[in-house]
Amino acid sequence: MSAQTFQTIAPRPAPVNTDGFVAWCKINLFRDWKTSLGTAIIGAILLAVLPPFFRWAIVNAAWVPDHEVCHQAAGACWGVVREKFRFIIFGRYPFDEHWRALIATAMLLSLIIASCMRVCWKAWLPVLWAAVLSVYFTLMYGGVFGLAKVETDMWSGLPLTILLASLSMTMAFPIALVIALGRRSGMPAIRSLCTVYVELIRGVPLISVLFMASFMFPLLMPQGFSIDVLIRVLAGITLFAAAYMAEVIRGGLQAIPKGQIEAAATLGLSYWQTQRKIVLPQALAMVVPGIMNNFISTFKDTSLVAIVSLYELTGAMQMAMNSDANWRPFRIEGYLFIALIYFVFCFAMSRYSKWIEQQVNKSKLR
Amino acid sequence: MSEPIITFDKVNKWYGNNFHVLRDIDLSVAKGERIVICGPSGSGKSTLIRCINRLEEHQQGHLIVDGIELTDDVKAIDQVRKEVGMVFQQFNLFPHLTVLENLTLSPMWVGKMPKKEAEEKAMEQLKRVRIAEQAKKYPLQLSGGQQQRVAIARALCLKPKIMLFDEPTSALDPEMIKEVLDVMIEMASQGITMLCVTHEMGFAKAVADRVIFMDQGQIVEQNNPHDFFNNPQNERSRDFLSKILGH
Repeated sequence: MSAQTFQTIAPRPAPVNTDGFVAWCKINLFRDWKTSLGTAIIGAILLAVLPPFFRWAIVNAAWVPDHEVCHQAAGACWGVVREKFRFIIFGRYPFDEHWRALIATAMLLSLIIASCMRVCWKAWLPVLWAAVLSVYFTLMYGGVFGLAKVETDMWSGLPLTILLASLSMTMAFPIALVIALGRRSGMPAIRSLCTVYVELIRGVPLISVLFMASFMFPLLMPQGFSIDVLIRVLAGITLFAAAYMAEVIRGGLQAIPKGQIEAAATLGLSYWQTQRKIVLPQALAMVVPGIMNNFISTFKDTSLVAIVSLYELTGAMQMAMNSDANWRPFRIEGYLFIALIYFVFCFAMSRYSKWIEQQVNKSKLR
Repeated sequence: MSEPIITFDKVNKWYGNNFHVLRDIDLSVAKGERIVICGPSGSGKSTLIRCINRLEEHQQGHLIVDGIELTDDVKAIDQVRKEVGMVFQQFNLFPHLTVLENLTLSPMWVGKMPKKEAEEKAMEQLKRVRIAEQAKKYPLQLSGGQQQRVAIARALCLKPKIMLFDEPTSALDPEMIKEVLDVMIEMASQGITMLCVTHEMGFAKAVADRVIFMDQGQIVEQNNPHDFFNNPQNERSRDFLSKILGH
């Protein structure tokens, strides 16, 4: 029998067109009777809900900052946001000094955004952090350069939310790393210490951690010795977030095959070199969504500091509404407004997490 | 026989309390010797070579590698690992680093070599395993055979006196086994001490000075490949050979 030549079959286009709007609708909305039914039900719900909401929020809404007009309007009263805007955003911070909080927060936000960008991941970044934070606290606290002194319990609103969230996340992350490594340590003492820490913190709600940081901690200190309430609260949130984040990171550490660590050992790498160069880069890349989850929930958890009389965004909004009888009925609008602010921040974090995932997964693309 | 570079003296090892995985192992390996270790799965052959760079600890007996006895002494272990390279069945390349970074990692961080020099040396090794053009790719972008050759090059970057191979071709498609074996055969001709756990009997016949057959944690038989394959002395090795060569 003579040998045959191997013949490749030329590639052909798919028989059904999958491009274009009509094709998309057919595949995603009306594939069979079940998807068509689903589309119909969801469509009906949207039709029932959206037009009334639209009428309430836009058509019949009152936009002027006048509570008389608002009481008469059939729709939403967005005038309340215009009227109380600065109280919602800056809370108890002295009215004439709002510019300081604005500049300080803008600086902090720019620093955070810069830190998120690859071009800024250089050795000078920590130096920049130190510089910006010292300017930040000088500006916010005052007492020098002719700036009026503003005690930390007056810091509030969005600046406080951003301060608490960004500092506690930045500090919680390294603590979480150490705890996660500690829980997998070969040394039993370190391992149990880290386990006890995680279980203790996870066993109590954040609100009680804050309560303890604020009220119990001073009782245990010698008389005349006190730490600023803001710092105590910051420490509380940080330690709380670190415990959760440590478990997320530990999940990543456990997914690293043993072979990776063995290969590093045969190459002569020390424990810390192995963790830093081999284990952590891969483990962290795997848990980016989980860590971002923690960040986002920490951001929103800052609203619990109201329990210790610090008024961040949510607290400031409530205070702005409650302090004025004329506007009190319009708190739904107030809540929607701060919900929008929270959403903007959380959505930005979630998009950033997606970008990070793409960056770290480059090595897995074929 | 010249000075032994590896000596096992009545080495015993257990997994847990009841699984006696290495039993009274006595073995001495001469400098430059090429040894192939075979045997059924679970016979302790991987464990045996993994003891040599202390990926596994032995509990009894003495194990001396390049004049250093392996104990709990971390410095001694580091010293031994500098002299011993290892290639794994699953390659164990670092997937988040490029091929070149995989090779330069240890010279730069353990050997404190400047980056440029480390990269030059790494490129030499990549040329040696005929894969220099893939230096900038990531491991998962390569075929299995290419990955294993990178792993060999990575081990060679440390200029080891001893190379351990733990079933280097078992995870490869048949078409890729040859390219890896060719690299290993070339290495064998350069005087490096090699211990290789494998069932590639063609490789054993071509390069091995000695074939060791293990079963149940013991060395059952050892001989030069010609006599081992043509005239096995022990009925257990005869049985094993008839199974792997019989078809």
